[in-house]
Amino acid sequence: MQSWIPFPDSASTFSGQVDALYLFMVGVTTFFVLLISAVIIFFIIRYRRQLPFEIPRPIAGSLKLESLWTIIPFIISMGIFVWGASLVVTQYHVPKDALEVYVVGKQWMWKFQHLTGQREINELHVPVGRKVKLVMTTEDVIHSFYVPAFRTKSDVVPGRYTYIWFEATKPGRYHLFCAEYCGTNHSGMTGSVVVMEPSDYENWLSGNANQESPVAAGQRLFTETLGCASCHKEDGTGGRGPALTGLLGSTVLLDGGQSVTANEDYIRESILNPRAKLVRGFQPIMPTFQGQVSEEQLLQLISYIKSLSPGKTSGIETSAPARSNNPQTGPATSATPAAGPQQTNPSGATPPKPASSPGTTPATRTGGGRP
Amino acid sequence: MDTRTTSAPFEPVTPTNYRVNYLNARYGIASWLLTKDHKRIALLYLGSVTLFFLLGGIYAMAIRLELLTPQGDLVESNTYNKVFTQHGILMVFFFLIPAIPAVLGNFLVPIMIGAKDLAFPKINLLSWYVYVVGGIFTLWALVSGGVDTGWTFYAPYSTTYSNSYVTLAGLGVFINGFSSILTGLNFIVTIHTMRAPGMTWFRLPLFIWSHYATSLVMILGTPVIAITVLLLALERTARIGIFDPQLGGDPVLFQHMFWFYSHPAVYIMILPSMGVISELIANFSRKNIFGYSFVAFSSIAIAVFGFLVWGHHMFVSSQSLYAGMVFSFLSFAVAIPSAVKVFNWTATLYQSSISYDTPMLYALGFIGLFTIGGMTGLFLAAMGLDVHVHDTYFVVAHFHYVMVGGTLMGYLGGLHYWWPKISGRMYPEGWGRFAALVVFVGFNLTFFPQFLLGYMGMPRRYHMYAPEFQVLNVMSSAGASILGLGVLMPMIYLIWSMRYGRVAAANPWMLPGLEWRTASPPPTENFEVTPVVTWEAYEFAPPEELQVIGKFEPGDRPDYPPATV
Amino acid sequence: MDAAHTGAHGAHDSAHSALQHHFDNMEQQREAGNLGMWVFLIQEVMFFGGLFLAYTLYRAQYPAAFAAASNHLNLTMGAINTVVLIVSSLTMALAVFYAQTGVRRAQVFFIIATMLLGTTFLVIKAIEYYDKYRDHLIPAAGMFKWEGELPHGVAEQHLQMFYWIYFAMTGLHALHMIIGLGIMTWLLYHAWRGRFSPEYHAPVEISGLYWHFVDIVWIFLFPLLYLLGRHVGGGH
Repeated sequence: MQSWIPFPDSASTFSGQVDALYLFMVGVTTFFVLLISAVIIFFIIRYRRQLPFEIPRPIAGSLKLESLWTIIPFIISMGIFVWGASLVVTQYHVPKDALEVYVVGKQWMWKFQHLTGQREINELHVPVGRKVKLVMTTEDVIHSFYVPAFRTKSDVVPGRYTYIWFEATKPGRYHLFCAEYCGTNHSGMTGSVVVMEPSDYENWLSGNANQESPVAAGQRLFTETLGCASCHKEDGTGGRGPALTGLLGSTVLLDGGQSVTANEDYIRESILNPRAKLVRGFQPIMPTFQGQVSEEQLLQLISYIKSLSPGKTSGIETSAPARSNNPQTGPATSATPAAGPQQTNPSGATPPKPASSPGTTPATRTGGGRP
Repeated sequence: MDTRTTSAPFEPVTPTNYRVNYLNARYGIASWLLTKDHKRIALLYLGSVTLFFLLGGIYAMAIRLELLTPQGDLVESNTYNKVFTQHGILMVFFFLIPAIPAVLGNFLVPIMIGAKDLAFPKINLLSWYVYVVGGIFTLWALVSGGVDTGWTFYAPYSTTYSNSYVTLAGLGVFINGFSSILTGLNFIVTIHTMRAPGMTWFRLPLFIWSHYATSLVMILGTPVIAITVLLLALERTARIGIFDPQLGGDPVLFQHMFWFYSHPAVYIMILPSMGVISELIANFSRKNIFGYSFVAFSSIAIAVFGFLVWGHHMFVSSQSLYAGMVFSFLSFAVAIPSAVKVFNWTATLYQSSISYDTPMLYALGFIGLFTIGGMTGLFLAAMGLDVHVHDTYFVVAHFHYVMVGGTLMGYLGGLHYWWPKISGRMYPEGWGRFAALVVFVGFNLTFFPQFLLGYMGMPRRYHMYAPEFQVLNVMSSAGASILGLGVLMPMIYLIWSMRYGRVAAANPWMLPGLEWRTASPPPTENFEVTPVVTWEAYEFAPPEELQVIGKFEPGDRPDYPPATV
Repeated sequence: MDAAHTGAHGAHDSAHSALQHHFDNMEQQREAGNLGMWVFLIQEVMFFGGLFLAYTLYRAQYPAAFAAASNHLNLTMGAINTVVLIVSSLTMALAVFYAQTGVRRAQVFFIIATMLLGTTFLVIKAIEYYDKYRDHLIPAAGMFKWEGELPHGVAEQHLQMFYWIYFAMTGLHALHMIIGLGIMTWLLYHAWRGRFSPEYHAPVEISGLYWHFVDIVWIFLFPLLYLLGRHVGGGH
């Protein structure tokens, strides 16, 4: 921007909206500060003490004035409240058709993995004009993913997933900061978000294409390394563990009569602490995988399990950073699907098909969760 | 001036000073360390609070020096983290929270309501000792190696990952909390049961109302931080899972419990200052506060609503969006009573008689800075905007405008205003005005650039930063050196004046408040006889009509005329 | 209390020897003391409130674990302790009554009775704690081990969580009981010396308020920790 006014770059679809609210509030603040200062300066000159022992006439107050300066600030502040609240819905309501990237924070670095397999550290490449959704967690303490040019940030909290999304509007390299104090090298936990033209992004993707996609890595973990597949059979046979096909977004009935909507946090909890929510009709025989899988492997497993529900991949409604369990509210900003990249880059847009084609998925499943 | 009456010239019948007062009633270290006199305890607090303020100030200077350059080349990251953490802990828990209530409040609450002492003098003394013990624990943590969690102690960093002396510092904060609780308890009981005959609730000076509201917050909020810090220490030592998700806990629960106290704690800091400002505005313009009851009840409203807004510190912390909206709404609501105060103070000046004495300069500065501090709070309460500026220098600038521009200005203004009563001497007026001006200029130069830095996206608690932030950081550091000089000046000349200052009259400002109707410094019992109050708050009368409480020994030097123009 | 200054000031005619110098009269002093204790108790409510909040939150999150862990508490001992405390409240109330009426022997008797009951409570509590120690239910790192089959849908971590809440809450409560016993000792000494009379009995009253509060905390703790959830998972 103009170099002499300190103002940050503006590079996302909602950064202009944030600036508009900011400038409006700067205006309101300036108005009131000037008003009060002017009145005070006028008074202290006009009513300065002229005789040492003069005593001015007392004035008790005025109900009219009191109501006036209670109601007017209230109306103004309610206006700002509504404006700010509607803005945050734009910022935190993740649209359905966004490109997913997994983010793991760690003292003191950011690790990214694209669905197409590319891994990056402290640098995130994204295409311009495309909605990008980040699924974030951390291996250790709380961090906060902050890109000033996009005017968005969200804490990254251990033990749960938070989500953030943006659509970059201008190619360039932008600061990525950790905004939540996280220890010794907090100020070194920085990086860049590189926004590229779709064609450049294509080139970048193909130049780094030899890495295993998280779905494939998750599948390998699932079938080989961890041996999950020996109980969680694709067709649900054997009865030891529920089949996971079509799990994501469905309602799972639990032992004890409760039910839960299967989202990322639920899958995560089930892997790490299988007894916490036992699916009805199954025995508590699954061991915990706490300490055996890293945050990144967890994300890979989840991304594999999500790929078993193709209709629902990245379809969980998440109003980040809130953990939403209501999949039915429509996103505010998904009216126009992203242009170009979807056609030009099918490999980046849709995750690979799962190994088997899923059967019909009932909306409510009784054996559909996990042990 | 048709609206003013004047009574000059006349011979003053102002109360002259006791030869025996609370300062010289007894001598010796024991007479101070074992005193039950609220005035002496206030002085003990004054000394210890100043000490912690100086320490915290040294840390602040270290921060600003470090941030002169983007590379982080003065100290190591670890050291820097400890420096800002300790700056925060010392300033928040050991200066801002006790400063006005424990020093000015302790000294003045009993005198202003016509009581001989606080209801529980021993508990009052105990509160100071508790404060000192808490301080010693914190200092112990500091000299052992320091704490690096940030004053907010966020879990799981504080419970699991930090290698510094978190438990010890936490213990210091925990202990110090009880000092706050005991002070609040004493004030509430004193204000309820010990008002002089005729001192009805609506004749109370607004200083008392604000201290009453503050005490409510102290009583209801402080225990929660106590239990929170205790749990943190337990988790750190015994590894039981409360806040660390690896142990089955919830890190966001810590934030809820922490801010449930620490947001209201902001009102512990600012409400007493608002009380001081009400006194200064009314007394130095010789005018009763415009809309007295609105100002009084706005204090209570702030104290009550202040408990319902803690979630606005957590808009980006994975808290539910809908909870966030409720907190955002309530945060806007709590801004209204503060706005009402500002408008009423301004309106009080209308058709008044304004003097430009030092305390009034601080009060006028307060209104300006607090307006900016308060309005920028609305930026942070607006959720969409907070997502961008949360945890950036915008927040740092905002709360320094409220804490320094609000609390410190009120504290310094009040200290000057009541200095003749406390010490029996006048401070040097010229130096006072000059220092007030330096503080105001230095303050703005320090913290205004930080708003711009914050909006540009510089996160707080950064040891190294991107080079484009340097210009504003240098401005801020330059301002800090001016601000540092500004706050050092009063410390020096106030101490100087205790020996060399002009002897103060009992009522140097010619004011009607009860504290000005007794000698300067007051006798141990405050008043010779229990006063009977027949006047309203801020009912200004010609000096010869001011009823003097108690008898005064003839021959004491009347110091007159007052220091006003 | 501090009576040393009383004589120094002529303001109080026929002042009671217990009147502190900065109060106008006994009524004001009593009122201040009472209000002070109430304010203190409100503070206590907030102090315990943090733990109740943690309890509520985690109970809602891990109901099965809490029910299972709760089944392991000794209901009989908890129930006996509840009765002991309720009776001690009665004896405390009687001690206050006899202080107000100025009957020295009865005061002493009921204060001793209250102290005995309080001690009984602590002894029973100590036995319970010892049992937990024996059963490896101390929720510190490395000391917690759930013996036998983990119940359905329950992780050991969450059983441990119940126990830290149990120990934090009952421990804090026991600490208050011990402080209460200290206050009782002080009261006993002054009651023995016949200090309390119809004119001056505020300390007994105020200590009574404290004692009742500590009892009431237990009245909440007992059902929350011992009873709630017992029927839910009790069969397993």
